[in-house]
Amino acid sequence: MPEASHLIGEDDMPLPPGVNERDFTAALGEFRRVVGDDWVFSSDEDVNLYRDAYSPFLNEPEDPVPSAAIAPQSTEHVQECVRIANRYSLPLWAISTGKNLGYGGSAPRVSGSVMIDLKRMDRIIEISETNHYALVEPGVSYFDLYREIQSRGLKVWIDPPDPGWGSLVGNSLERGGGYTPMRDHFAAQCGMEVVLPNGELLRTGMGALPGAETWQQYNYGFGPYLDGIFSQSSLGIVTKMGVWLLPEPEAYRRGTVSVATNEALVPLMEEINYLMNSNTVQGTLRLQSALAAFDDANVSQGWAADLQFYGPDKVVDAQWEHAQDRIRSRIPQATFIDGPKHRFPLSEEKIAGMANAVPLGIPGLSAFQFGAGENQGHLWFAPIIPMTGEAILEAVNVLSQALAELGVPASALIPPQSYFPRSIVIFVGFPITADTETNRQTRETYRQLVKLAAEHGWGEYRTHIAFMDEVMECYSFNDHVLRRFHEQMKDSIDPNGVLAPGKNGIWPARWRDQRA
Amino acid sequence: MRRLAVTAIAAFIAAAAVWAQDGADPSGKAVYDKWCTPCHGDGPGKPGTMVLIQRYGDRLPALLEERSDMTYEYLQTFVRQGVGVMPPFRKTEITDSELEAMIDYLLR
Repeated sequence: MPEASHLIGEDDMPLPPGVNERDFTAALGEFRRVVGDDWVFSSDEDVNLYRDAYSPFLNEPEDPVPSAAIAPQSTEHVQECVRIANRYSLPLWAISTGKNLGYGGSAPRVSGSVMIDLKRMDRIIEISETNHYALVEPGVSYFDLYREIQSRGLKVWIDPPDPGWGSLVGNSLERGGGYTPMRDHFAAQCGMEVVLPNGELLRTGMGALPGAETWQQYNYGFGPYLDGIFSQSSLGIVTKMGVWLLPEPEAYRRGTVSVATNEALVPLMEEINYLMNSNTVQGTLRLQSALAAFDDANVSQGWAADLQFYGPDKVVDAQWEHAQDRIRSRIPQATFIDGPKHRFPLSEEKIAGMANAVPLGIPGLSAFQFGAGENQGHLWFAPIIPMTGEAILEAVNVLSQALAELGVPASALIPPQSYFPRSIVIFVGFPITADTETNRQTRETYRQLVKLAAEHGWGEYRTHIAFMDEVMECYSFNDHVLRRFHEQMKDSIDPNGVLAPGKNGIWPARWRDQRA
Repeated sequence: MRRLAVTAIAAFIAAAAVWAQDGADPSGKAVYDKWCTPCHGDGPGKPGTMVLIQRYGDRLPALLEERSDMTYEYLQTFVRQGVGVMPPFRKTEITDSELEAMIDYLLR
C-alpha cells in the first residue's frame, strides 16, 4: 500500500500518497500538455477550493485536501488524464459540479488525490421534446438544463433535486432524488459514456451499437446491464449521460391528508402505498408530524401527508377526489385540505413569488435555508426504511430518542419522505459548526447512528466520504460478499487503483489497508 | 422587490440563451444572474437574501445589487472562500475574468 507522504507538492498541498515530488511534477507537466496550463491547478489558493465546504473535519488536519486539480474539456482529455494517472499511480477523484454538499462536496476520500473537475464539460448535446430525454455532459447543472429548455420554449420538465446547482450526471450517479414523478434520478438515467480506468471508452446500453438511435430510449442494450456498477462507483468516469425528462403536464395539484393519532398512520400508509404504487399519487410523498417535539409526552401528535398529482387538469382533480374517497372509507376520521393547484406554463411573476418551486420542475436553492446564517454547513444521515406506518413510527422513535440522548436538537430530524418508490428516507441534518469539539461529537454521533440504524435493518442510501467505510461495513450479508465482490471487480478493472480509492468503502488492493 | 424578481428571472433566462448560442465571455451582470441570483435574488426561497435580512435588518439592503458599501476584496473573498453555508466557487465555475466582471457590475 502507498505510504502517506509528508512531502509537499508545488505549493503547500500534500503529494499524492506513494508518489515522489519528481514524478508528481512530471505528471503535472503531462496534464498541462493535455488540458492546457490554465486548467491545471496546483497552488494552495486554487486547490483549497476543492476541499469539502461542509467538512465535518473543518479546520482539522484530517480534512481531506487534494494535491492538484485538472479540468478537462473533452472525453479525450479525460482518457488522457486517466492514462497519465496510471503511468504515475496517481489516485484520481472526479467531480461533476462538486456540489455533493452534506456528503463530502467536492473533496476526495484520500488526501493527496488529483481532482478531475468535469465542470468545463458542460455541453447539452440533445434535448428531445417528442420523446422526452436529454443527453448531457457532467458539467451541466439542473439550472443550466432548465435555462436551456426555457430559452428554447420546450415543453419538457426536468426533475431537480434540492441543489439546483448540482450536476444531472453527478446527482444521478450518486442516486439522488427529486420531487416530481421522475424523482428517482438513477432510474431516470438512460445510457452512459464511461472512461474506464485504463482510459478506454465504453458506452452502455444501446450506445454500444454503432448507428443506434435509441441510446437514450432503451436502457438495457444486450447482455448484463452494466450501468449500476458506475453509480456510487470507482470503476469509471462518466462523460455523457442520458436523462429522461417529463412532458410538461397540463396541471398540478397538492392535497394534504391528516390523521390525529399515530395508530392511524398504519392504515394511512397502506392506502398511500396503494395510491402511489398504482400511480394515482405521484412524486415525492412528504410526511409531517410534531417531530420537533417528539418525546414521550408528544408522541401522539398525529400525522399529515402531502399528496401530489401531475397530469391533465380534470384528471388531477379526479385523482385527488379518488384519494380522499379511498382514505376516508378506511379512516373515517381523516381530514383533508386542498393544496395549491397550478396550470402550466407558469408566469415568471408566479414563479418568482414561490418559496420552493422544485416540485414543479423548477430548480432552486431554497433547501439551503437549512442552517443558513447559523452554521458552516450540514451533514446528512440518510437511512432507508420500509414504507409502512409501523416502520416510520419505530424509526422516528428510535432516531429521536437517540438524538436526544446524544444531545442533538430534535430539529435535526427531517420528516420522512419517499424519494424512491416503495421506500422512505428519514434524513438527519447535523449542523457543521466552527467549533472543532462540536464537530468531533457530531462525527461520533453519526457513527453511532449508522450502527444503531443497521441494528434495525435501516441502511444509508448514500453517505459522506468520512463514513463510507462504516456504512459499507453494515452491508455485511454472507461475510461481506457484496464488498468482496465489488473489490474483486475493482482489482480486475482498475489494477493500479487509480480511480477514487475508498469511494463507498471499496478499496483497490494497493490501498486496502486504508479502510477505517 | 417583486418587479426586481421577475426581471432577474427574465435576465437569468436571457443570459443563458446568449451564452448557449455563442459561448462568449458574458457580462458581469450575466455572471451575477447565473451564479448569484438563485441564492441572493429577490423574493422567497433565497437563502442568501434571507440570511442578509436577518443579519443586517434595516441597516443595509439585503440585495447585493442594492449595496454600495462593498469592496473588490470583500466580494472576491466571499466568492473564493465562501461563508457559512455558501460554498466557495472554483475557477472552473467562475473564472478570474468573470469574477472581475461580476464584481465590477456590483461596484458600478
